[in-house]
Amino acid sequence: MKHKVATTVNGHRQEHEVEPRLLLVHYLRDVVGLTGTHIGCDTSQCGACTILVDGKAVKSCTMFAVQAEGKKLTTIEGMAKDGELHPLQQAFWDEHGLQCGYCTPGFIMAAAYLLEQNPNPTEDEIRRGLEGNLCRCTGYVNIVKSVQSAAKAMGGAKTKAQPAVTAGGE
Amino acid sequence: MAVSQLVGAKIHRREDPRLITGHGRFTDDLPHQGLLHMVVVRSPYAHARIRSIGVEAAKKAPGVVAVYTAADFKDVIAGPATFVVAPVFAPIKLTNPPRYPIAAKEVCYQGEPVAVVIAEQRGQAADGAQLIDIDYEPLPAVMDLEEAVKPGSPKVHTDQPDNICWDATYVPWDKTDEAFKTADVVVKERIVQQRLSPNPMESRVVLAEYDSFDKRLTMWMSTQNPHWIRLFVAGALGMGEHAVRVVSHDVGGGFGSKISPYPEDFLVPASAKLLSRPVKYTETRTEAMQNAYAGRGQLYDVEVAAKKDGTLLGMRVTQMLDAGAYMALFSAFQTNTCLMAGGAYHWNAISSRSQGVLTNKIPTDPYRGAGRPEATHLVERMMDLLAVELNMDPVELRRKNFIRKEEFPYTQNFGLVIDSGDYEKAMDKALKMVGYEELRKKQKEQRKQGKLVGIGLSTWIELCGLGPGAATGPATGGVVLSESAQVKIHPAGGISIYVGTHNHGQGNDTTHAQIAADTLGVPMDLIDIRHGDTNEGPGFGYGTYGSRSLAVGGIAILRACGKVIDKGKKIAAHLLEAAEEDVVFDHGKFHVKGAPDKSKALGEVAFAAYGQLPSGMEQGLEAVSYFEPPNFVWPFGTHICVVEVDPETGAVDMQKYVAVDDCGNIVNPMIVAGQLHGGIAQGIAQALFEEMVYDEESGQLKTATFLDYPMLTANEMPLIQLDSTVTPSPTNEMGVKGIGEAGTIAASAAVINAICDALSPLGIKHVDMPASPDRLWEQMRRARAASNGNGKEARR
Repeated sequence: MKHKVATTVNGHRQEHEVEPRLLLVHYLRDVVGLTGTHIGCDTSQCGACTILVDGKAVKSCTMFAVQAEGKKLTTIEGMAKDGELHPLQQAFWDEHGLQCGYCTPGFIMAAAYLLEQNPNPTEDEIRRGLEGNLCRCTGYVNIVKSVQSAAKAMGGAKTKAQPAVTAGGE
Repeated sequence: MAVSQLVGAKIHRREDPRLITGHGRFTDDLPHQGLLHMVVVRSPYAHARIRSIGVEAAKKAPGVVAVYTAADFKDVIAGPATFVVAPVFAPIKLTNPPRYPIAAKEVCYQGEPVAVVIAEQRGQAADGAQLIDIDYEPLPAVMDLEEAVKPGSPKVHTDQPDNICWDATYVPWDKTDEAFKTADVVVKERIVQQRLSPNPMESRVVLAEYDSFDKRLTMWMSTQNPHWIRLFVAGALGMGEHAVRVVSHDVGGGFGSKISPYPEDFLVPASAKLLSRPVKYTETRTEAMQNAYAGRGQLYDVEVAAKKDGTLLGMRVTQMLDAGAYMALFSAFQTNTCLMAGGAYHWNAISSRSQGVLTNKIPTDPYRGAGRPEATHLVERMMDLLAVELNMDPVELRRKNFIRKEEFPYTQNFGLVIDSGDYEKAMDKALKMVGYEELRKKQKEQRKQGKLVGIGLSTWIELCGLGPGAATGPATGGVVLSESAQVKIHPAGGISIYVGTHNHGQGNDTTHAQIAADTLGVPMDLIDIRHGDTNEGPGFGYGTYGSRSLAVGGIAILRACGKVIDKGKKIAAHLLEAAEEDVVFDHGKFHVKGAPDKSKALGEVAFAAYGQLPSGMEQGLEAVSYFEPPNFVWPFGTHICVVEVDPETGAVDMQKYVAVDDCGNIVNPMIVAGQLHGGIAQGIAQALFEEMVYDEESGQLKTATFLDYPMLTANEMPLIQLDSTVTPSPTNEMGVKGIGEAGTIAASAAVINAICDALSPLGIKHVDMPASPDRLWEQMRRARAASNGNGKEARR
């Protein structure tokens, strides 16, 4: 039997009838049609599907769509405003914080919540804060840098920059 | 080449805006009307005979449109069975079991497809799959390499003569007799390269649509080389390549696991053809871990002979390679370890032999580095074991034996020509960065306090930029791994460049545009780089693997641009009323030699190229180039790792990681650094954490989720410091080499050497991977017990 679910996704009201077993991530991707939220595992380890639910970072594979009833959801598609990138998006671009880009939406959403909670995190706090997200390409070096640079751009200016990490130094 | 403006600069990646805003085009993201979903029913056994398959209940399940088994595919997937999924690139072929994409009588690894269920919704297909009733007769699973090659071992395939895939001796043992007879010291070690799950974050997805009226097939999928897939699928489905289109937009990482074709690459299009409806298969993570071609899986026995003063004499290497249940496309490529085992050093002689062994596991295939990380690991481990034996500093032992910079090009023991190098320079830079002398002094003090601190070096070299036909041809059954590019300059000056390489994170869309923009002297914005669609561009593209997209693919672009410029000169000569040989091209403009003020821009020439031209001159301004490199390119460098091992728990604290790498001239330093970060992370993860663990009796994979298979997180990744030296490659006109695999090739040896150095006060000489806390704790416990047994006080 299908259930009604009404949510606000990136500021737009959504109403659908869904199967009770439908995971929130599948609802967003297959029903709402927002495919920026990705799926990287079956066991809630990888964090590729991280979104904000009423402002909190949630792995959207850990909720059923029906549990999102009445909630405000923000996905990666809702981060840029009026054609302007969110400081985290800009920082990931500037600092080469992504390679294949598959895990990136999840990292940006998790980092958004991290900076919401702690606008001025230390490097160690960033690393621990992003422990629930997996990336196979970057070795996390530039992801950490991206979050540091976004924190600075967003006003939490005291994050210490990492030692220079460059190639082509000769 | 024009004076460089973009090559060498940190240019932001043009592929990023869509990826950071959620507008990537990964296969599972593509909208599609009327789509059916496929779920694959897989063998729960590593080895079993199929007695019967009951499909009736599943066929009646809600939403299920079709259930197919091997019998249903027999008329659709034809062609020679070995060609279907396992074209074989082996040095000496002994036993190569034929592989059909779906098992009919016998399953030979856990996860092998037995049936497929196709339904309107994915959930319905999964529900239907639960109703398939298969009667299996379990057979013994062959899991251990050394047992598998013994006469009388149970067989991986009951209808094959034995379990020996190949057995190749590159240089026989008698050639090293003298080295070992005259040696002052001989060190021996067994080195294990554990199986690894490649784990790109995007699992594989295959979507196929068959137009039954036009008899055309289109596939969208996650692959590193769409043209290869088109070749195999067209062959297996009995279609012409012109009727098959393979599209691969954004791909969420590959690391080698998306090169070879997989069973679903045939089952999905065949089902779409049978049903005349589009069908999609989306792999789950557990399926990926069971079924993605695994990395490494090798066992080495190595002996090194040397003089008292550290001069290397000879080496003997035996490789046993766990091929799994079938040969995959490039599994035999990994025998290159046997040819690369000498590393950066002089040797009088090296003998090597490779045995490929069938087991009841998923096949192995290239995984980032593919054979070269294994070669670096074994030679760098042996160098440190020898240094301990000779009581010599590992740096001095390396320095003494390095191939010196004035010796390049250097023909090594197996006839491969190392094109360039300056190994000492890179090592000295890394030693300075890490403060080696100070560290050694400090280590002496720390050891007195009972601290287990270690310093490990990896002075790695690599063969990449696959590859010259003379070298790859014999190993690949005649296939030459060149690369193609097509440059089209449209009438109004816009430029489309089609490349045969692929881009799944390497940033090629940016670096390739940098090269073309400089060569053609136009802004990057005028240039569109296109990859991943077999209906566009040259007739064949070879794909992205083996660190080849720049050193082979980039040169093809450069040369295609050169051809366009040559044609442009003819047209410009006509426009400028000059002789063609007097026209020069500089910074995007054609002018007569010595008269640069009277010129025609490339855009003007392009417009003219499509208009009226003198008779005998063809319209158009476009060109195709195929580049076959004359040699491999040979990057190198030195990585140094500093660790402290907790004497109570065996936990490894990585305190420093320094890397100096040389990939020749650099196109985009930001991307080079990114490739190194990721590569080093994968090497560290192999050294410390990752391992596919199978139950040795049943053949069940015990590490089939991210719960059980430890992936490196931001928390475990140490800070790494990079620097470089620049030794341009003489192999290509840009002087570039590859960097995609370098970090992985170098890292595991540096980490394990550091751990072994840390544990040396306990008498521990060698540690296998992964050096997990429990393994180190157990090794320390044994070492202390042995030391106590000798009446000595256990050192801590």
